Order: sequence, then structure tokens, then C-alpha cells
Amino acid sequence: MHIQKLIFKNSFRHKLRTFLTILGITIAILAFGLLRTVISAWYAGVEASSATRLVTRNSISLVFHLPLSYKDKIRQIQGVKIVSYGNWFGGVYIDEKNFFPNFTVDPKSYFELYPEIVLPADQQAAFIRDRKGFVAGRKLAAKYGWKIGDAVTLKGTIFPGDWEFVMRGIYRGRDKTVDETQFFFSWDYLNESLKKTTPARADQVGFYMIGVTSPSVAADVAYAIDKNFKNSLAETLTETEKAFQMGFVSMSEAIVVAIQLVSFVVIIIILAVVANTMAMTARERFVEYAIFKTLGFGKWHIALLIFGESLFITMTGGALGIVLTFPSARAFGNEMSTFFPTFNVSTKTLYLDIAVSLFVGMASAIIPTWRAINIRIADGLRRIG
Amino acid sequence: MEIKHPIVKIKNLFKSYRRGSQILPVLQDINLDIADNEFMAIMGPSGSGKSTLLNLIAGIDKVDSGSITVSGVDITNLSENELALWRSTNIGFIFQFYNLIPVLTAFENVELPLLLTGLSKKQRKEHAEACLQLVNLSDRLVHYPGQLSGGQQQRVAIARAIVTDPLILVADEPTGDLDRVSAKEILELMERLVHELGKTIIMVTHDPRAAGKAHVIKQLDKGVLNNAHTETHF
Repeated sequence: MHIQKLIFKNSFRHKLRTFLTILGITIAILAFGLLRTVISAWYAGVEASSATRLVTRNSISLVFHLPLSYKDKIRQIQGVKIVSYGNWFGGVYIDEKNFFPNFTVDPKSYFELYPEIVLPADQQAAFIRDRKGFVAGRKLAAKYGWKIGDAVTLKGTIFPGDWEFVMRGIYRGRDKTVDETQFFFSWDYLNESLKKTTPARADQVGFYMIGVTSPSVAADVAYAIDKNFKNSLAETLTETEKAFQMGFVSMSEAIVVAIQLVSFVVIIIILAVVANTMAMTARERFVEYAIFKTLGFGKWHIALLIFGESLFITMTGGALGIVLTFPSARAFGNEMSTFFPTFNVSTKTLYLDIAVSLFVGMASAIIPTWRAINIRIADGLRRIG
Repeated sequence: MEIKHPIVKIKNLFKSYRRGSQILPVLQDINLDIADNEFMAIMGPSGSGKSTLLNLIAGIDKVDSGSITVSGVDITNLSENELALWRSTNIGFIFQFYNLIPVLTAFENVELPLLLTGLSKKQRKEHAEACLQLVNLSDRLVHYPGQLSGGQQQRVAIARAIVTDPLILVADEPTGDLDRVSAKEILELMERLVHELGKTIIMVTHDPRAAGKAHVIKQLDKGVLNNAHTETHF
């Protein structure tokens, strides 16, 4: 017989109470894990950013465009390795509820700049060859059942009209952080159409994506680009890809803060529930703790019994919560794929789950332990009968 | 009658409890010697301080003044941790309500005090089984307290009390919760512990029949010990 065995047996003295407490922790850890995953998904774009990529846009707003002619000037700046460009297209597939991000890009340079977007070489070649071609992420293609060679029409919102495309490739993400719900088509297709319909809007790009030789030169290159176009008709604002993505996230920062707050409130509630369980448990066993002390067991043994039981309960609930987080996140992610294209339970979230379970277990045991170890044996024994 | 080499020597012991602003004297100027291998009963009305005196001798309560020397060690000078260690090797406890741990089997309850010793698992098993055999419960090793009668539970408690081979057994109303037959068995068992294992037993009781089994009976009234030495039939 060991103390561990006693801890285990003690934990199941009140089976219903223990079961309900474990259930409460399981739900709390599940909720906490999902909320943290929502926050991670919110920052997915920021996390997936590369330190060697810059984004240049019009300094007034992203709504205003930049001349295509800037491309060659940017390329000449020292530290620039590759320049790509594109536009947010904002097309609608059949109905507005079928939202997915769609961009028009320079096919050749774009895939060179984003190696994490993995497109088979033959499909990439076909995409470059066909100006009306498009590629879609694996999840997007699966969602709408698109196959290579399928014709797809998007209704333009920023660029009015019906835009017809032929699917030339399906990309995969190099890892889980890559959004596999995007739609890319050739910038030349858009530009040539605009030249015919609205020539004033032609030869304009929404943003430049710039690859630099190393992260250490990023700040200097950004400064040089913006300096180069100072006092021009379209002044630029260049920032790292991370800062660019953060700009979008900060627009909805209040929601993120609210979710973070709720995730911590969940933990505070479950802390109160477990603390109450442990307080009741310890109060019921004061006589036994007095007996243990009488037999010569020290304060550390009593503390071990109470902390052990509290941790056993919270870690069991925590483990169940973590196990359930994966299928729940998958179901939630599928349901909310429009808003959260990447919805993966991160290792950091798992560590946080474990840390929270440990914290709740430890914190809940402090007061009952303090009371149990400080009770006088004679007083404890007097509670009998 | 003076005992030459007492195992327990109590000198000028005072103990009081505080209730609000009031100080209630519980034991007043207690002087008592207990001989080795003696079976002593302490009797007295409720609230006379019997259990408090027993607790003080067993080192689970602190004196206000005076000294208690057990086997040459003045336990009033020991710290909390030293007392815990001292209790684990020198004192065996038998309580009125047995105080077994309900989630542990009879064997595990008896083995419990041995966890504080350096004995191996095999040695602990041998000791615990031997003690349970001594109290005639070899066939109840895997039974939980809830599956045992009151008398059987008290025998498990006695086995737990003697498993570390302590010098002294303190018993607080050991038959108080038992029927007459079980009480008789427990008292006979305690007598055997004195005769066969050479233990010293200090027992607090209300029951004159239980006290009748003791070698010496001491009377305590309102915290004052009547030092008249009553020897029993033994």
C-alpha cells in the first residue's frame, strides 16, 4: 500500500461528486482549449508570416492602388530578392454566403515567394500558361467539389462582371498553418480585361509582396522603398508581412480580448468549483488527518494526500478535456471554415491546458491543506461521534 | 507507593483550555508514575480531564507547565516534528471509535504506520500479517472496515497500534462502542498484550468492568488526580 494508492482510493470515495467535478473540469478545459484555438486562428495569418517578406501598399489606404511601374523600381533596391504583386479580387461564387478569399496574383513570382503553398510543378506550369486558369486550396476545392479542368465563374464586386475561370491546380499547405481555402488567378487576366473595359483602372496593383535577402535587412529595405516613392502621386507604406497581418487583426482586437477574457473566466469558475470540492473533502476528513498525524505522519504527508487528490481530479479532467478538444476543434473548424480557414489546436494550447489543470489542482488544495495541517490533533479527534 | 524506574513520569503537570476570554483549568498539578509493563486504568466523570491526560502522555497535546518523561525522554521539550517521529515509534493508539481509514483494507490499515519506517514491502507484509494473526483476524486481511463488526474493527485498530512494536499503548474508551461480548474479547486481548508482549497500557474508561482488568486504577476528578493507589485483582 502506498500513498499513491490512498490518493486514488480517496478520490473515488464520493463517486458522484468526483465524477461531476471531473466532468466540470473536462468541459472547462475543452471550452478553454477551443477559445484559445479561436484566438490562435485569429492570429493564424500573423503566425504564418515570414520574416523575409515585406508588403508594400498605398500609404493612404489599402483601398487605393499602386502603379505596376513601381515593380522594377522596387526590384532595384538593395536587399530585395524577389517582387510579386496582386489584388484583392472580392469575387462571389454563386451566392454571397459562399465566401472565400480570392486574389489575383502574378503566378510565377507568387509561388516562388510563398514556398509554403505547395503546387505540383505540372499544375503550376498549366496555371502560368492559361491566363484564365486558377488554383484553389485543397479544402476549398473539396468543399465545392472542384476538379482540375472544371469551369468556375465568380461574380466581381470590386471589378464588376462575370469572371470565368478554369481550374488548373489544387495546392496544399506545407504545414497546418497554411490557409487551404484561398483562390488565386492570374493578374494578367484581370489587367487585360480592365484595359478593355475601364482602362483607367489597368496597370494598377493592390499590393506588392517583396522577398528580402535576410530578415536583418527588412527594416532598411522597407525604409528605402517608402523613401523612393516619397512625394509621388502614390506614396507607399511598407511593413513586414507580420505587421501587415497584425493590422487586420487589430481591427477586431476587442473581440479577441473578449474571447481571452471569457477563456480566463471559465478557468476562474472551475477553480471555484474544484476549490469547493476540495474544501468539502478536507472538512469531512479532518478526523482522518488527525489520525494520520497521531500515527506520526507529518504535515508533508497530509499535504501530499490533499494536493495529490486535487491534482488527480484536475489532471484526469484536464486529460479528458484535451482528448475531446481535437474532435471538437475539427467539427468547429469545419463548421466555421469560412471565418477560420486554419483551425488547429496548437502545441501551445495543449501546454496551456496542462498548465491550467495543474494550476487549478494546486490552487484548490492550498486552503484545505493549510487548514488540515494546522488542526490540532486533539481538536481533530474531538470531532468524532 | 513509589515506582523505582517508571516508564512514564509526570511531574507538576498543568493544562488549561481557553474558551473566549475564559481560561478553564483541565488538569492541575498532576504527578504520576507508571511502571513498565503495567496496565493502568484512569477513571473519572465526563470532563474530568482523563482524555486530556492521555493525549498529553501520548504527545498529541501540549502541556502548560510541568514535565512528562517517557522512557527517559522529556516529551514536553520536543518540537511538533520530533513529537510526530517519537509517537510513530513509541506509542500505539486505540480509540473508542476505532478510527480506521475506511478506504483501506484491514491489512492496509495495519500496514499504514509501517510506511513511516524503512521496512521493505515484504517486511511490512510480514509484520502486518503477524499482528492481524495475533488479534485472530488472519481471515479478514482484505476486508474493509465497513465489512467488519465493531469488535473486529477494534481488533484491527489494536493490530495497527502494536505493529510498530511501541513501548506504550494508550487506549481511550476502547470498549465504549462495543457490546459486552466484544468488549470482553478486547479486554482479554489487551491483557495478553501486557502479559505476552510486555506492553504498558494506559487506558481511559468509564466502565468499571474494563477498569477491573487493569493492574492499577487512578481516579481523576475535576482535573485533580487522586493519588490513592488502587490495585485490582491482578
